[in-house]
Amino acid sequence: MKLEFTLNGRETVWNGAPVTRLAAALRDDLGVTGTKIGCDAGDCGACTVLLDGRQVCSCLVAMGQVEGCSVETVEGLESGDSAVADLQQSFLDHGAAQCGICTPGMLMAAQELVRGNNKPTRAEVEETLGGVLCRCTGYGKIVDAVMDVVARAPAPAPPAGEAVGARIVRVDGHVKVTGRDVFGADAIPRDALWVRVVRSPYARARFELGDLAPLRQRLAAVLTAADVPFNGYGIYPDVKDQPVLADGLVRYRGEAVVALVGERADVMAIRDDEVPITWMPEAPVVGVDAAMAAEAPLVQADKPGNLLLKGGVKRGDAASAFEACAAVAEGTFETAFVEHAYIEPEAGWALRVGDRIEIHATTQTPYMDRDEVANLMRLKPEAVRIVPTACGGGFGGKLDLSVQPLIAIAAWQLGRPVALVYTRPESMAASTKRHPARVNAKFGCDAEGKLLACDVTATFDTGAYASWGPTVANRVPVHAMGPYAIPNVRSWGEAFFTNGPPAGAFRGFGVPQAAIAHEAMMDGLADQLGIDRLEFRHRNALRAGDTTATGQTLAHSAGLAQCLDALRPHWRAAHEAIAAFNAKGGPRRRGIGVGCMWYGIGNTSMSNPSRMRVGLSPAGTLTLYSGALDIGQGSNTIMVQIAADAVGLPASQFALVTGDTDLTADAGKTSASRQTFVSGKAAEKAGQDLRQQILRLANAGPEAVLSLEGATLSVRDGGEVRTIDLVTAGPLMGEGTFDPPTTPLDADGQGVPYATYGFAAQLAEVEVDVELGTVKVLRIVAAHDVGRAINPTLVEGQIQGGVAQGLGLALMEEYLPGRTENLHDYLIPTVGDVPEIECILIEDREPLGPSGAKGIGEPALVPTAPAILGAVHHATGVRAHRVPLLPHRLREAIVKQSEAKTT
Amino acid sequence: MGDYLRPRDLDEALQALTRPFTVLAGGTDFYPARVGRPVTEDILDIAGVAALRGISESDGGWRLGATTTWSELVEAGLPPVFDGLKQAAREVGGRQIQNAGTIAGNICNASPAADGVPALLALDAEVELASRDGVRRLPLASFITGVRKTALLPGELVTALHVPRPRHEARSAFLKLGARRYLVISIAMASVVVEVSNRTVAAARIAVGACSPVAQRLPDLERALVGASADMHLGEQVQPGHLAPLSPIDDVRGSAGYRTDVALVLLRRLLSTVAA
Repeated sequence: MKLEFTLNGRETVWNGAPVTRLAAALRDDLGVTGTKIGCDAGDCGACTVLLDGRQVCSCLVAMGQVEGCSVETVEGLESGDSAVADLQQSFLDHGAAQCGICTPGMLMAAQELVRGNNKPTRAEVEETLGGVLCRCTGYGKIVDAVMDVVARAPAPAPPAGEAVGARIVRVDGHVKVTGRDVFGADAIPRDALWVRVVRSPYARARFELGDLAPLRQRLAAVLTAADVPFNGYGIYPDVKDQPVLADGLVRYRGEAVVALVGERADVMAIRDDEVPITWMPEAPVVGVDAAMAAEAPLVQADKPGNLLLKGGVKRGDAASAFEACAAVAEGTFETAFVEHAYIEPEAGWALRVGDRIEIHATTQTPYMDRDEVANLMRLKPEAVRIVPTACGGGFGGKLDLSVQPLIAIAAWQLGRPVALVYTRPESMAASTKRHPARVNAKFGCDAEGKLLACDVTATFDTGAYASWGPTVANRVPVHAMGPYAIPNVRSWGEAFFTNGPPAGAFRGFGVPQAAIAHEAMMDGLADQLGIDRLEFRHRNALRAGDTTATGQTLAHSAGLAQCLDALRPHWRAAHEAIAAFNAKGGPRRRGIGVGCMWYGIGNTSMSNPSRMRVGLSPAGTLTLYSGALDIGQGSNTIMVQIAADAVGLPASQFALVTGDTDLTADAGKTSASRQTFVSGKAAEKAGQDLRQQILRLANAGPEAVLSLEGATLSVRDGGEVRTIDLVTAGPLMGEGTFDPPTTPLDADGQGVPYATYGFAAQLAEVEVDVELGTVKVLRIVAAHDVGRAINPTLVEGQIQGGVAQGLGLALMEEYLPGRTENLHDYLIPTVGDVPEIECILIEDREPLGPSGAKGIGEPALVPTAPAILGAVHHATGVRAHRVPLLPHRLREAIVKQSEAKTT
Repeated sequence: MGDYLRPRDLDEALQALTRPFTVLAGGTDFYPARVGRPVTEDILDIAGVAALRGISESDGGWRLGATTTWSELVEAGLPPVFDGLKQAAREVGGRQIQNAGTIAGNICNASPAADGVPALLALDAEVELASRDGVRRLPLASFITGVRKTALLPGELVTALHVPRPRHEARSAFLKLGARRYLVISIAMASVVVEVSNRTVAAARIAVGACSPVAQRLPDLERALVGASADMHLGEQVQPGHLAPLSPIDDVRGSAGYRTDVALVLLRRLLSTVAA
């Protein structure tokens, strides 16, 4: 059907099936890809556009209903001279876009409001944005941007040498607020074939494939395990346990079994039950108790007892030290599978180019993808080129392969571009999760509140495949005692296979789960001794000069005590306000809690180098070649800021080439909070290298001042100015590599697992409705020792986003296979759930880091759940032993507690 | 690919329904049920039928056109008896859903957690059903017959909801309990309409949702409230026995016992608030 409507003010004719979703028509037929699709179900709001001036989810609008209407998308916000709208500029100035996948939806939702009201209140903004989910920002900077929409002059760009520490607008901000950024699903060639994956409806089953010939006649290809040259992948070189396509046996619900490849409409039209698969379901192993049971069936045939890994840290003699303790606290804490819920589902496309395969996909780790795909396809790594698209959120979930193997294998076989975009339920069913944990903790201290001993055992459900399970099981024992000086420590981690989804990397690698336990213990001991909870932590905080449980002496940059000092005034004032509120009585009770954490930056006792390059071309183009992937956290901007100051030229003069494995060197994965510290240091060294080369050419001293105009580079050294003609000088390339110094851990976990650690303390104020069991987080104050904030706006963005995820972990997020595989049953915080978050940046410089910087990505999340749960305890007396603390769980605990009191 | 009809008037729509069609209006339940697969059914898109949209008032009460959206309802000038329905409207999904989703779609989808249903039950709403054979009306409580089940007959279309005019000064309110602020499926919800005469409850209509396959009125409670003084203590009239019509289940959002527990709390708060 042919129909006409107005798109961003232009008369537009569209021809197609009238039941087509507006979102699909915009993206697939009209080439307007600024509108993003996150769920196709009205649950996320990423596809929000204005229809006759009102915000709607374009995934829920039939094209037949659009006829004669006005549709406005993000592309329509810019004015004729392609200047961004005030709203977009405000988003840039406030750092309201991180990964950018929700940004077009946020902008269009906000546009409905600000068009008639350019001074909206916070409440109006929250009501307007309530239907758009953001997983990166924690919403604070978005709300600020909308409230502050009135036009203003952009802040001037910092001059040469002053980029580090400046709140410069993110270098990739413009493409994010205009909808021009290209994500995994945004630039799929029109002639691409599509893959649809048939997945297991069972958590554990054997299966047989029937005759696929009829399907193969209808389609370009039907791929099975037999089509994968080496059908096993995994994070560790010695654990390639996960098949691309299952071979007769599935180990979790959502595992890929068959890949249908053909024209998009053809593969989408084939229902799962048309694919001849005979299923023989078996009883699944659910949870670690079932996995550890004596007669438990094995999930992986070569893993006896379903054990993936165990190990720990031992220092002093914890068992006997407990006997000398004046107070001992003990508890067991359990967490659930948690879904990353990035708003961009996994997506990408591949193309065979001669004897090479090119993969354009959303990822956090181009070089690992390259090597893994090469291994699966029995190709040399050089035969695989990874061209990362913009990444619409990762949080660890895009460290594992997703679409890459199937699109590569299909494109290789068929000689045509092949695309795959996961649906939301598919993304949730197939991808990795945060490890469910059971943490048994026992901590003891002397009568003055000085910690003497701790014994922690963390047991993890690693699901069907190893993925990052070993990383979690290794990292947690190092961190499980918390950021405290404790002379006698036994900490133990073990991970078991189950028929749950593969548990992998998720912001914190198990440390957030452990922190819930150690922080509950701190509260417990403080309360027993009548010591203020914050002061108890302050007394025990690791400080520079202290020795950790692994025997590492922290020489520098251990700013936990400073973080607590910064919180103290807020803490005291809040106590008074809370006491006054609670004195009024009624069903609403307020409380305050504090959570502390430390976090080792980079890999645990393993090499994780980054290499960066800064080039200056004969034409005068200054380019940072960065393999560090920006997944929204801002590393593109950070790296430019660091490199700019190292070279001595303004950040605004830098071009950026990022991610492409043909064009950039390996800067490792975007995980473990390592990019600022590790890749940032490499960028600093690369910049310094280029500067040295320039200074040598000019025969100038180290204090010389550079300036670049066109192809002419001027070097002013004292009163003398020398110019370098770059055309004759030829291309210059500075290079830098950094690998943080660590040592292996011995059998007792002794060694130097990390070169440096981030520290933080957060306080949370909550209001509990004791009759309903609901918790409203009223306020978070987050103090983080980041070494040095390269860009304070981006650091705050990381903190606020991490807090929102920590809030979700504490109060609402629980992935249940087959039950919460969408964004209306699986709940992540909305704009109305995240309170105002005040960030306090502590800068206790780390000499190894670039300008003293450490990392912030994961530290941001770790203390939040402990602080919230401590606040709930303060308000109600109920200590949560299981998260998420859903309303019914809290209410039941409150009832149980009051019954115990009355009997 | 099936047929797609987009009639402009009601006769055309009813004519089409002489054979089976899936009816599409706001799309907010239709498309989420079809994630990742093509639409193959025959579709009757009634969003363009002007007669089905909008709110009108007569001596007997109000007629809410079937495809009136939640936002249109919120923005309509309506007396306080509709406050509860308006509060419910603001809890249906996010603003995008409220701008597209329709009142009739909510009742036809017949979800146990449909946000609009308790408030409409408390308004004593009747459903207007039209077919080529004529028009009939059913009380809403008779229209929704089970989980995803209604009394809609083949060839019939919901054309409106009718809300009778209350006899006395009427106040109303709605409360929804979910595990987050926006975009959340109810764990439990309740809506009340209290008619007041001489500071005394003259009539009350009360409904609870998400605590039974179909949202339920609570007749014993409604009777018990009549004659009580309309003040901040009205909520104290609610007793656990009044909740007998509910049959909550355990699910991922909450346990059965919890639902009963909080339904009582929501009702007490609602009644004390509207009566005060």
